[in-house]
Amino acid sequence: MKNIFKEVVGGFYTLTVGMGITLREFFRKPVTVHYPRESLKMPERYRSHLIFTSNDDGSSKCIACNLCVKACPTDCIIVDGEKKEGEKKKSVTKYDLDFTRCSLCGACVEVCPTDAIVFSKRYNLAATDRQQFHIIDLCRDLEERNKKKAQ
Amino acid sequence: MTAAEPIRLLLFLVGVATFVGLNAAYLVWVERKGAGRFQRRAGPTEVGYAGLLQPIADAGKLMSKQLIVPPGADRVLFRLAPIMMMPPAIMAFALLPFSESLVGIDMNVGLIALFAFSSFNVIAVMLAGWSSRNKYGIISAARVVSQNVAYEIPMMLVIITVLMVSGTLSLTAIVDGQSGAFWNWNLFALASNPLMPVTFIIFFICMLSETNRAPFDMAEAESELVAGAYTEYAGMGFGVFFMAEYANIVIGCALAVVLFLGGWHSPVGVFPGVFWFLVKLYFMVFLVIWVRWTFPRTQFYGLLNLSWKILIPISIFTLLLSAVMIKLV
Repeated sequence: MKNIFKEVVGGFYTLTVGMGITLREFFRKPVTVHYPRESLKMPERYRSHLIFTSNDDGSSKCIACNLCVKACPTDCIIVDGEKKEGEKKKSVTKYDLDFTRCSLCGACVEVCPTDAIVFSKRYNLAATDRQQFHIIDLCRDLEERNKKKAQ
Repeated sequence: MTAAEPIRLLLFLVGVATFVGLNAAYLVWVERKGAGRFQRRAGPTEVGYAGLLQPIADAGKLMSKQLIVPPGADRVLFRLAPIMMMPPAIMAFALLPFSESLVGIDMNVGLIALFAFSSFNVIAVMLAGWSSRNKYGIISAARVVSQNVAYEIPMMLVIITVLMVSGTLSLTAIVDGQSGAFWNWNLFALASNPLMPVTFIIFFICMLSETNRAPFDMAEAESELVAGAYTEYAGMGFGVFFMAEYANIVIGCALAVVLFLGGWHSPVGVFPGVFWFLVKLYFMVFLVIWVRWTFPRTQFYGLLNLSWKILIPISIFTLLLSAVMIKLV
């Protein structure tokens, strides 16, 4: 008899505790992020495909030295460059990344003598077609970013 | 009966039908928003400002769907079940006293009539489950009947306790008996029954169970029975069940307000009338939503144990206690 009484009163007490907890959560800010409208900031060390860094004038820092191509374990980088007149260093004309083979190991970023390439934080990388990731053109990407900045 | 009486009743019916429809639509919105907030989500936000047009979009979707009768189902009963669900819910609204003057029919046996109407939905859910020829429906129908039989008893014992305190079956007279400040409410009628708050809690639990709300939503139990008795219903067939369910919640909450919380009377002395009735009503509705999103569903034997082993003994005890107190005082 005493046990039943204890069980009923104790049980009811635990129910009120639970309701107190949910009411406290009710008045707190929602923690969900409404994805297409707002998105989380990617962490500092997030690795997505390579992009160029640029000088102040918007040109690439890449000197087409081919060190990244040699460092790449899966041979997914193709670089071409030319020596413009009146300049000491070579400048890049073509930098294609085969993202279907890239394992984001970071050997290229580490080896780069001029810090011309970094990992981007682009994570909205959905496509209906695998072909879209065979060639990611870093030169064109830099041009497009410069254009956007100019506007 | 004067000549104006039928017109007044007709207008009241239109008003009640509107109230029930809007309530069902926007209680779904309140429920989803509340569920979101209790789980620290935002709830519906996309359709209209803060998702306010979501119920209208939902209604449009439900109405544009085909009404399918599954093969092997009992066609007549399958169609009849949602039709039987809605009218008792609307009829019960005619008896609720929203304020001194705003009441459809002030019957001297209003409380009994109200319970007769609100117990009707059990039959409708049972028919729906049985006629749809679906294993989930059958299980749900069996559950809903045993659940409602089990919870009708403590509910009635609690009602008798309140009746002995107020001494009348008329809903308006019960509310009139609680006029004045809030310590005159039946909830605080400690002089005639010191266990009145306990009685109120038992009434609330029974009300949750009678309206098939979580944690007692044995009839719907979506994680085990898909949607229970409503599994085979498509479009507005399902929509009608949904509307009637929310109408029943409002009726249950209104009954709690009338019987325990002083109906339309103001607790502090300002703004009497329909305003306070609705404030108390929606406070009760919020309580129902709050309970739903706090507790998980009980197991079925736990539900029956709660009724037969705990609620019925306690409510018999409070009944006897108030009988003795009233006799002595």
